Amino acid sequence: MADTNPLVRIRGLKIEGRSDEDWIQIVNGVDLDLNSGEVLGLIGESGAGKSTVGLAAMGFTRDGCRISAGTVEFDGIDLIAADAATRRALLGRRIAYVAQSAAASFNPAHRIIDQHTEAPVQHKVFSMSNSQADAMELYERLRLPNPTEIGFRYPHQVSGGQLQRAMTAMAMSCRPDLIIFDEPTTALDVTTQIEVLAAIRDIVEQFNTAAIYITHDLAVVAQMADRIKVLLKGDEVEEAPTRTMLADPQEDYTKTLWAVRSFQRTQKPPAPSSDVPVISIRNVTAAYGSVPVLHDISFDIHAGRTVAVVGESGSGKSTAARCITGLLPPLEGQIEFEGAPLPRDYRKRSKDQLRQAQMIYQMADTALNPRKRIFEIIGRPVEFYLGLRGAEKRRRVEQLMEQIEMDPGQYIDRLPSELSGGQKQRIGIARALAAEPRFIICDEVTSALDQLVAEGILKLLANLQDSLDLSYMFITHDLATVRAIADSVVVMKEGRVVEAGPKDEMFTPPHHPYTDLLLSSVPEMDPDWLTGLLEARGVDNIGDSASARMS
Amino acid sequence: MTTVLTLLAWAIALLLGGWVFRLAGQRIPWPRASTREYFRDMDYMVAFGFVLAIAAVYWAVILYFVREVTFFRWALNAIVFFAACGFLFRLVGRHVGHDASRKIFRQMPITAAFGILTIFVYATLAVFADFFAPYGQAEIFEKINVLPGGDPALGGDPRFLLGTDQLGRDLLSRLIYGAQNTVGIAFVTTCLTFLIGATVGFLAAALGGWVDQVASRIVDALMAIPQLIFALLLMTIATAWAGSDKALIMIYMVLIIAFLDSTRVYRLARAVGLNIVVMDYIEAAKLRGETLTYLIFREILPNATAPLLAEFGLRFCFVFLTIAALSFLGIGIQPPLADWGTMVRDLSQFINFAAFSPLTAALPLMAAGAIALLTVAVNFVVDWMLHKTSGLKE
Repeated sequence: MADTNPLVRIRGLKIEGRSDEDWIQIVNGVDLDLNSGEVLGLIGESGAGKSTVGLAAMGFTRDGCRISAGTVEFDGIDLIAADAATRRALLGRRIAYVAQSAAASFNPAHRIIDQHTEAPVQHKVFSMSNSQADAMELYERLRLPNPTEIGFRYPHQVSGGQLQRAMTAMAMSCRPDLIIFDEPTTALDVTTQIEVLAAIRDIVEQFNTAAIYITHDLAVVAQMADRIKVLLKGDEVEEAPTRTMLADPQEDYTKTLWAVRSFQRTQKPPAPSSDVPVISIRNVTAAYGSVPVLHDISFDIHAGRTVAVVGESGSGKSTAARCITGLLPPLEGQIEFEGAPLPRDYRKRSKDQLRQAQMIYQMADTALNPRKRIFEIIGRPVEFYLGLRGAEKRRRVEQLMEQIEMDPGQYIDRLPSELSGGQKQRIGIARALAAEPRFIICDEVTSALDQLVAEGILKLLANLQDSLDLSYMFITHDLATVRAIADSVVVMKEGRVVEAGPKDEMFTPPHHPYTDLLLSSVPEMDPDWLTGLLEARGVDNIGDSASARMS
Repeated sequence: MTTVLTLLAWAIALLLGGWVFRLAGQRIPWPRASTREYFRDMDYMVAFGFVLAIAAVYWAVILYFVREVTFFRWALNAIVFFAACGFLFRLVGRHVGHDASRKIFRQMPITAAFGILTIFVYATLAVFADFFAPYGQAEIFEKINVLPGGDPALGGDPRFLLGTDQLGRDLLSRLIYGAQNTVGIAFVTTCLTFLIGATVGFLAAALGGWVDQVASRIVDALMAIPQLIFALLLMTIATAWAGSDKALIMIYMVLIIAFLDSTRVYRLARAVGLNIVVMDYIEAAKLRGETLTYLIFREILPNATAPLLAEFGLRFCFVFLTIAALSFLGIGIQPPLADWGTMVRDLSQFINFAAFSPLTAALPLMAAGAIALLTVAVNFVVDWMLHKTSGLKE
């Protein structure tokens, strides 16, 4: 590895983005070197410019952005000055890109293998038949089921994790020198993620491909990268080999990033059995039309406690929430509030019953009406349930905003689009609090947020719980969140409760095998974690394949 | 044979021209790097397009100076005039007024500036028709068929700048009153269209189930019948009902057009509404126990205003054209009220004089031009608004 001649060499890269009439600098002079066969992890929170830098390594900018200064050299070729024909010959052939959402990036109208063979045939690397044969071989190496057959399906006929691996195979189709992975596992479940991670790492090693791996998940990047570069608001914070970086971060910002997962609340003692639970789910069975989704689930949530409901997507955790709120009336069983049964359909519930159970949503963007000001959003439940008007209403809204640690004077007349993601989520919390409920359902409230921001939200929820004696049902797939905030845990799989109990018990063996699989699939900051796990469990005993064998 | 050969020669010249154009562009040392890169990476097709455009401009200039081609010259003059008006209007807007409005004008394309200016002028004329019109709309003078221009040597009369019609009524006054009648009635009709269409559409989206099914199937059935023919059919019935009461005929016309056009608005409102009702904030409002009225007017409607407003502009044009068409056929706005559709019909035979007396042929074209100009202006503004709301940037 000659340091003098890296594969990618970026110097003083500045990128500007267009906002209305002005150009605003979003990347302020980043340097980057990548040797062949090396994996560089780019991390940072959203807006740090990591995707922009990653794309710039291909000499490409998104619409509305432009490279204003600096050089990007790939194997000695200046990508910014190069003409379109030169760039076209490189992209796809020697540089490939794997996007965050494979489902959105594949063309749904063409079979996977047809999209796979397009680049090699176009660049005259392989003939059509050779490329197809090569695709099947790649599918096999990436451990996709039925490698000879899966390529002939359409993208919607394949699961998300498989599609992401098929996309990695597609990136490999011309045996490129450089692949850019842009958050390839962010949208996946932990059990699926681990399979994709193992596959990507394996294939990058086998072909000695250089890669830029963009993610906001530190534990993931620790498994994948040889070196890590931390970005913050378009500036480089620091760069070091993975192990050095993990063991001995230099900058304050990096240290706070590393410390994020340390927030952990002590578990409260279990409520006395004589206590009437705030919400009690009794033998609920539910279905969408004729498709059953919940099978006889029961659990209780006591006053001032947090119950975390975990499981992969499709396990029925959100459906359980819909049953509790009454949006999906259960077929059998009932929901009790403080011992009294609630009507199954929300339309039959009284205003007071509706007030007692509130909800906070995953996507604050769709949960807040974009055309209403913050005052109206929080003020509506205040007015609707408590009948406050005029100055009283305004005072109450201001009080609520202070509770969620936002300055009323500054934010009360803004629109949701004028707030950051974390602030929007806080407004969602304030709207739930405005009803003065006893019970709040938090549906993946932190999964769309950066880790630092998410930690702030969790701390806020914890404080609110202590001061207002709230009960939470915390739906999540992130076990770090569970560890931080839960008192007890309910593990769900395919519409059934697999295991339930206090948090401390759930995180110490012995487990139900599914809980074990779930727990072991959560990436840890240790760079040897994935290697260790693969050795311990075997390549075939991780992720979806293991999960499928269990049911 | 020579025609074919000439065309072939032109085609070959153009095809070669594209190649020459690109080569020339690459050889010229442009001061800006981006221009150099643009020519370097230019596709042949793009270069060909440039050459074709240059050739078209060349032909247009040649044609402009041929004496016989009067209408083309008028059209070009008009386009240049309107573009200049739009440009000046935008220039004024950029330097006068509030910061926010100046910003809007800075980002505005010239087409939109022209559209806004035109709509503004029409609206002013319509509202203050009594003030602007030199004569009454039903006032009859003894001089009939005076040609426009006001030059007695060419058959004009300085008293009637745009001439008179076959009954001796002043055309300028009738055009201005026509703005009041046609545009006013079209506006009322469009408002009614949206009231019906959007309300039912949002209801169908919010309730779903059988309400949606029934409403949508009725709309499907109505949309299956060609609109103008259906309108004619209903108007025939309405005319029989109304008897000789001319005001009643016009009210029926407004109701019929509003009803028929509301099917289109229903489709849009329902489609937009369906995308909104799945949002979490609607679910939150439902779980709060809000009523249907609150959901529709306070949660859904504010989020649907952008597409509905754009549709309002387009729909206004269609309503307006339907009214003009019905009036042209004699069952719309009734005489002696001035109306552009009726004016086109009454003067339509003069179009036959186009070949040897362009001024005579201009008589029906003025009303037609007034219709065309407003339609184009509204479409420009709507395009711009759609562009803005969809978040597309150039």
